Amino acid sequence: MNLISSTATPKNNAQKPPSLYEGRKQIYPKLAHGKFRMVKWIVMACTLGIYYALPWIRWERGEGIPDQAVLADFAGEKFYFFFIEIWPQEIYYLAGLLILAALGLFLVTSLIGRAWCGYTCPQTVWTDLYIWVERAFEGDRAARMRLDKAPWSVNKAARKIGKHIVWIVIAFLTGGALILYWHDAPTIGRTFFVGEAPLTAYFFAGILTFTTYFLAGWMREQVCTYMCPWPRIQGALTDDYALNVTYRYDRGEPRGALHKDQGFEGRGDCIDCKQCVQVCPMGIDIRDGAQLECIHCALCIDACDDIMKRVDRPTGLIAYDTDLAVATRAAGGKPVYKLLRARTILYAVLMIAISALILVGLAEKPTFQVSVLKDRSPPFVQLADGSVRNGYTLKLVNKATTARNTVISISGVDGAQFQIIGLAKPDDLAQIQLPLEQYGVDRFRLLVTAPPADRPHRTSLDISIRDPETGETHTSTAAFVTAGAK
Amino acid sequence: MSDDKTEIDPHSGVETTGHSWDGIKELNNPLPRWWLIVWYATIFWAVVYMILMPAWPALPGLGGTNTPGILGKSDRAEVAAKVSTMRAERSVASQQLMSSSLVEIQDDLNLQQFAMAMGESAFGDNCATCHGSGGRGAKGYPMLADDVWLWDGSLDGIEQTVRHGIRHTSDELTRLSAMPAFGRDNLLTSAEIDDLVQHVLSYSDRQTNPESASKGSVLFAAQCASCHGVDAKGSRLVGAPNLTDAEWLFGGEPADIRATITNARNAHMPAWQGRLDDPTIKALAVYVHSLGGGE
Repeated sequence: MNLISSTATPKNNAQKPPSLYEGRKQIYPKLAHGKFRMVKWIVMACTLGIYYALPWIRWERGEGIPDQAVLADFAGEKFYFFFIEIWPQEIYYLAGLLILAALGLFLVTSLIGRAWCGYTCPQTVWTDLYIWVERAFEGDRAARMRLDKAPWSVNKAARKIGKHIVWIVIAFLTGGALILYWHDAPTIGRTFFVGEAPLTAYFFAGILTFTTYFLAGWMREQVCTYMCPWPRIQGALTDDYALNVTYRYDRGEPRGALHKDQGFEGRGDCIDCKQCVQVCPMGIDIRDGAQLECIHCALCIDACDDIMKRVDRPTGLIAYDTDLAVATRAAGGKPVYKLLRARTILYAVLMIAISALILVGLAEKPTFQVSVLKDRSPPFVQLADGSVRNGYTLKLVNKATTARNTVISISGVDGAQFQIIGLAKPDDLAQIQLPLEQYGVDRFRLLVTAPPADRPHRTSLDISIRDPETGETHTSTAAFVTAGAK
Repeated sequence: MSDDKTEIDPHSGVETTGHSWDGIKELNNPLPRWWLIVWYATIFWAVVYMILMPAWPALPGLGGTNTPGILGKSDRAEVAAKVSTMRAERSVASQQLMSSSLVEIQDDLNLQQFAMAMGESAFGDNCATCHGSGGRGAKGYPMLADDVWLWDGSLDGIEQTVRHGIRHTSDELTRLSAMPAFGRDNLLTSAEIDDLVQHVLSYSDRQTNPESASKGSVLFAAQCASCHGVDAKGSRLVGAPNLTDAEWLFGGEPADIRATITNARNAHMPAWQGRLDDPTIKALAVYVHSLGGGE
């Protein structure tokens, strides 16, 4: 493409070896106006609002249980999310949510490119917020460039100091809000400032305060370009039909400054005003084509549309489009857009399936659970009279807020009798009551003894635990092992 | 690959390194300077860390240990502090263990579960070496998960065994008995021992020489019945095993039985009183009792 080779002027000549390291070139993004800028403001308000407000929402769960709507309770080993409650043995829900999040990222990327990066990534949101603060103190692009070039003065120092103070306050609020997610928010909100909060709270608040200030204030686009793996992974997720923020060179070229009274006959729509470059927070030129640095924030679309309206040309010289479509139009063809493709359908179907699994799992989530662990050592015990005994550990999880009694029974092994260690044998051997603590996990030791008989090496033993009050029954199958032939 | 002339990439205007993969050329772009700064920062931090924390080992004048670091951090001391915190946290339940009888412990579900957890870990640390994990036993080391008890399978009996050991002669209350080494000490002739073996086998219908076995029964009545009982069902008073059941601590084959009569076994178990604290011994009793349901 000639538009690209025209910019190819060697940076280094043969006499001077290239420098090994290069400092960051300060980027001064100009404020854009338009629908994508509006979308980004709204997304920023929503994401930051959710982040800061969520831990303060209360959710009544019952006596002795945290009433915070969203809480990662490490001490109590539980995760609360409104009506959802994840216990350590259900950590697979978290895995499911992470898989869902990854698939969502894949789906969005294959549909509209790096929308995550451009709109919702915390790095983007906080950098945007920090630039907003910077603009409030130092003015827009031109004013900031002037200020940075100007010699130090009281005015300059005041503006810089003011900016950094606000940045640090935001950073602290960010780091401070993080710890609200794993402590009772009103409590830690008080203890934190009187020095009574746990050391980890100060540690993590400090870390996130530092990273927020440093990454959003100083590192900015370098985080995306050098540190983040996502731009690299993204290459594997995009294809010819994924919509990306694209400069339509078929319409724009040949570009050139627009002179007075000159029409657009015989030339492209791009008037080379460089507004797209000036608003870019990554400091790139979208007209160079798809680039690793581009986070698809679409601010160049806003900037260009603004200009196109002023020169009375149709908007959309930069737009969500595909390279394939642009190339097709440039060759005089009619572009084809495909939102429904094998990969988008696959991602969507997988997301629906996994969401359904999680929802069904959550809806069916019992208030008590049973797991049976067979003794492996010894696998079985021969008793003096020739009977065979197997030992099991029963783990019963009672998620109800009240204590309960459950009844155990076994079946599957002929003539087998059982006992629970520490619980008196009732007259009716088929029923032993297991008292369960409220909201906790209890372990019981179960011994099953079968009279002497010719038994196979392995028999299935069904262990049923029933709550007579609610009718909930759990049956687990475990192996009953003897010295018999395999 | 590379030649002496530097090549300029026409697309970006940047010099290439000359490396090319599948037609993609590597550009010789400078690294971001902050990488260099981060590298220097890590070096600086390494020096700070070496001053603050234990670092250099085996320097002369340190007596073979490492530099302590000015923060005085010690993992060993931290573990000790954690252990004492844990002891303090457990002290309430431990006190309860101490003040409750073993039967009371088993009747209180919470206390029982505490004792079981404590006993399980103490068993793994101290007992499983001989008795096997889960008390599965081994030749010469009794299985604890079955219903056969040499001395006593009750909660109190198990506690006494753990506390004072078996044939642990430095403990006055140890469980003590000694089977004579009938062969080694020439109390019986080799032929008489053969007869006894046949007789012992007859309790499980495995004798091969009835005549020898009947001679053995006379010897048994004279030499063995005082401890093992006239019916050979053993005696817990002296830890004499039942010879009529399917359990053989040192093996039930004729050669094993012969070796037992010839040399006697008289196995030892150490007394744990003084090595383990009282709550732990009680917890062990509850745990061992639970393995096979005890008595």
